[in-house]
This record gives sequence, structure tokens and C-alpha cells, in this order.
Amino acid sequence: MQNKLNFIDILGQNPDSRRKEDPSSFEYTLPAEITNIYQLTTNEKLYQIQIIDPGQRNRFSFRPGQFVMLELPGIGEAPFSISSSPVRRGDLELCIRAVGNLTNFLARLERGARVGISGPFGTSFPLEKMQGQDILLIGGGLGIVPLRSPLLSVLENRSKYGRVDIMYGAKSPAELLFTYQYEEWRRFDINLGITVDRADTSWQGRTGLITELLQERISQATSLRENTYAIVCGPPVMFHFVCKMLTEAGLPMQKMFVSLERRMHCGRGKCCRCNIGSTYTCLDGPVFDYWSVMNLKEAI
Amino acid sequence: MIFKVFKKQELARLYELLAVNIIVGPVAKGNDRNGKPLFDFDVVYDFNDLALDYTQTVHSPKRFVLPYHETLSTFAVARDGWEKHVDLNVYRSLVFFGMHACDINALNKLDLVLAQSAYPNPYYMGKRKNLFIIGLDCTPEPQCFCRSMGTDSAIHGFDLFLTDLGGTYFAEILSATAFDLLNQINCKDPSAKDLRLYKQATSEKNKHYTASVETSDLTKILDLEFESPAWDDWGKKCLSCGTCANVCPTCYCYGVEEHVDLDLKHAGKTRSLHSCNLIDFAKVAGNHNFRPTSASRLKYRYYHKHRGFVEAFEESLCVGCGRCGSACLADITPPEVIASVRGRE
Repeated sequence: MQNKLNFIDILGQNPDSRRKEDPSSFEYTLPAEITNIYQLTTNEKLYQIQIIDPGQRNRFSFRPGQFVMLELPGIGEAPFSISSSPVRRGDLELCIRAVGNLTNFLARLERGARVGISGPFGTSFPLEKMQGQDILLIGGGLGIVPLRSPLLSVLENRSKYGRVDIMYGAKSPAELLFTYQYEEWRRFDINLGITVDRADTSWQGRTGLITELLQERISQATSLRENTYAIVCGPPVMFHFVCKMLTEAGLPMQKMFVSLERRMHCGRGKCCRCNIGSTYTCLDGPVFDYWSVMNLKEAI
Repeated sequence: MIFKVFKKQELARLYELLAVNIIVGPVAKGNDRNGKPLFDFDVVYDFNDLALDYTQTVHSPKRFVLPYHETLSTFAVARDGWEKHVDLNVYRSLVFFGMHACDINALNKLDLVLAQSAYPNPYYMGKRKNLFIIGLDCTPEPQCFCRSMGTDSAIHGFDLFLTDLGGTYFAEILSATAFDLLNQINCKDPSAKDLRLYKQATSEKNKHYTASVETSDLTKILDLEFESPAWDDWGKKCLSCGTCANVCPTCYCYGVEEHVDLDLKHAGKTRSLHSCNLIDFAKVAGNHNFRPTSASRLKYRYYHKHRGFVEAFEESLCVGCGRCGSACLADITPPEVIASVRGRE
């Protein structure tokens, strides 16, 4: 009888090979705790989440614009933009609208609940490149959520940037997010513009589309200077009009950044659910410059 | 590459040497409604069960490295927290006995994205690494357009590749394991006559191709014809059933679902292969669907295979096996779709 052929089993004889393909790179989630919950509007809550292990918390760092996958065992896993300042490393703020299975379950959780966090994933806004330049931050609806991280980062390092304009629009006053922070944002060295599509009796501010706010800014005497960067986050229809206006105002397409939303089941370029043409929103995005997405069919 | 030749009856010996592992090979599964035999890859327990003269299997052997459903992790849930357990589901080494070149190339393409890119998929890699592959030459079927896709022969991704020369097999050896294995059976170096027969067999095979796809500049043409009415025409025929992805050897898109056990103490996370033709593929929370029409989804499938993947990995994700066309309930075949998008009837 000849020798039977046997293979090196990666689980048995070669423990090293198992370590190399340790699921830590793929299926591992950092245990985290919901430390605070703020009800922002009827549907949106701000969750403060802390990575439990102090070592992991210190190692966790992210750049504005990146996202994490949040997992609730038995319920599901979904991507969420990090909405807090990158200075706070393992302490994240995620603003989440109760709209699906996972988010509705999350809305019923209380302080102290355990969740799993993996990431951070994806590309970020190039804030280093933007230093010394004017910045336009334009957000619509839930678009303020991914915008808030670069916004806080700019505010914390205000002296490094030129003129800063924040424009934010929502459907109605009741849907405005982070209202408690507007006073903080409305500083002598910041132009904060807030608009709603439909006002109610309590609304003192302005009514109209965000494009009107932008139009005012563009037609000012100090129109968009050459060294201007724009960050745009909002629903697809807003991207379309805002980016068109900015392009017509002379802003180069590679100085305009957008953050895209897609369905994701892995966040690691494997499930293909966020694929647009040759691009994975999770790996190549969610932050793209406008030139890259303009070339992608059906991206915006 | 090292070449050897051995008599056909030696193949049974080869099978016996490998039988300590799980052997997966082509087996006959019955006939279709026209009396044509149907084959599929399955676990084999006896050499005589192997249908080595098979034409093409209905499904690809993909499911043995990328199962349709796979448990990714389980959870133990308690009042004050939970623990996650991960199992790569790799238990035994596997032998693919008699894979055609297109299916070998399909695995090579899956490797590009699942094993060689950022965040390798450990579930796939574990199974893929414990794989011994014996390739087998084939006679092209009417639906095969692998020659157009450049996947009609495999140059890597196998241990041993056999070509039928009548009474003998011509073997290409790519791994030390395969070399050791062949040393244990009666084989010899190929003679001048064997080489002549081998080249004859190859040119004979090439005469059988009937289907083809014009691939020159295909990526650019797909971009130029993004708004082509041809997509709407195919969209009207397409039933959005996802059968094409089911039989495709390279489709790897998936969805993840989690469930809680009845005891409320355990939970699990399962990955299931999905299809970009299914209606919910690109739907996000809030019910916005990025590809709401069957035409946009069908178009996306061609874009991913023939454009997106090419941009990312410099080769198409399609191996031209033609399974999707044969299995399609609406008779949509890639050669026809691509010809119509190019503006040819």
C-alpha cells in the first residue's frame, strides 16, 4: 500500500496559518457600550458609544468622513458615519435615524447596552490639504451627520483655515439636527446659514432651498476664491444641483468632496452591495471628489 | 512546467491515492426535458461515479469554496453583554477531480478579490488553500464563449491538468504535491508523438467554438452605451430571478442576515450569496432603491463583470462558460446582449 496523500490542514498542523487568517481582520468587532443617548428629533438619536477596553479605545483613531460598522448580535450590522470630532478617539458619536430593522431596535436600547464596532472604514475628507484655504460645508437633511466630523475638526483648528461657511438645510424646523450646537457654531469667524423647506409658526429663520443660500454666497463680492474647498453631503438630488452650481461658479471638480450612501453588508469590499461600476463605496469611498463620481455612472 | 504522460487506467490509481480526502467531481444527475444528460459537481465516493466525459455542469463548483449559505459567527448573549465566536468552517481538505479550464479560471478570478485584495476573506481562503485541483480538458458546448474571454485554457490555479490523447492522458504538473503523486503511478515523459497528439487535440478543440463575444474595447463601449435602449429591451425580458448569478462560477455578491435563537441566549450571523438582479440588492434604509428597474440591474451585472472588474483587476470577471445563458428562464445570453449593446443584431 502506497502512502496516502495528506494535506497541511490550516486548522491542525500549522497553527501559524490560522493566525494569519485570523478572523480578527474580518469578523472581529470591538465590544463597545452605549454611554449616552440624546433624542435629537422624533426619529433621530445621537448615540455616544465608548469602546470598552481602554487599550483598544486608545488605538482606535479615525479621520473625518470615515464610517464604522455597528453590530447588534442577532439583529444585524450596518454602516454609520462617525459624527464626532477625531480628537475623541475611542469615544464615538453616531447620529442614527430609526428607519430599518437595526436602527429601530437600536432606538429601543438604553444607556449601558453593549454593541459591536468594527472599523473605521473608508476614505476621509482631506482636511490637511484644505489648510489655509476657504471652506464651504454644505449639508442637507441627514447629510449633516457625516459633515459634523470635519466641521468640528475645522472649528477646533479654526486658525488653520481661511473663511469658513456652513450651510445646512432641512425639510422642516422639527427635522433640524444638532440645534443645541448652533450657538457654538455661530461665531464671529464662521458664517452659519440655516434654512428649511417648509416653515412652521415657531420658525424665525429663513425658508427656502439650500441652493438659494449657496447662490447668495457665490454672488457675494468675495465670491469663491481660487483656494476654496467644498464638502457636500445630502440626498442625491442635492448633490446634483449644488455641485452644478459650484462648478459653474468656477470651483474645480477635484476640490469638491461628497460622501455617498449605499447598502453595505461587509464594509470590506467583499459583498459587492455598495459597488458602483468599478468602485466600492466602502473601500474607495464614502468620500469621493466630485471628479471621481461624475465619471461613475449612476453614482449620484 | 513539467509534463508527463500516463495510460488511462492509471487514473483510477490516482483517485485511490487521493481518496483520503473528500473528492468532488462531475457526476450525472439525470436528463433534461430534451433527453440531454445533466451533470453537476458533487462529493464522489467511487471512481466509477465520476462522469469525466461530462459536457458542462449545471452549477459551478463555486459552492465548495463559497457556500450559498454559511455561518459567519455565533453569539452567546447574556443580560450584561455578549460574546462572539467565529469559525472559518474549514475541516477537511478537498480534491476537485476533473475541473474544466473555465472553472479553474473562475477560481483564479475569485482569488483576486477574495484573497488578494484588502481585507482577504478568511472563510474563502481557508477552503481555497486546502484544495487540490485536477483539471481536465473539454470539448466546447454551443454556449461556450470562453475563447473570447481568454479563459479557454488555464495556465495557473491547478495542481494537475489532464488532456485526453485517446489511450493516454497528457498531464501538466504545477505543484510538488502533484509531482509526488504522479511518481506513485506509472507515468513517463511525453514522446514526440505525444506532443504532436497534444497539439492536435488543442487545435481540434478550437474548431468547436460556435459562440463568441467581441471583447475589444468592451469597457469603453459599455460606458458609451450606458443609455442605450438595448438595456431597456433586455430589461423587459429579464425576470430578475437571479438564476444567472446562481449558476455563475464567479458571482460572489452576498447578503448577511442575523437571527436570534428561540432560547434568546444565542444568536447567529449567516452569509448568503445574493444577486445584483434581485430587486432589493441596492435598496437602502428608507426604501430608496439605487437600481429600481430590472433593466438597471441587468445592466449593472454586465457593468460589474465587463467594466468594473476590468478597471480594478485588468481582467473581466466573466469566464465565458455560458451557464447563465443556458439557465436563463428568459433566454438572455451574454453574446446576444453584448452584440446588441454594440449595435449588432
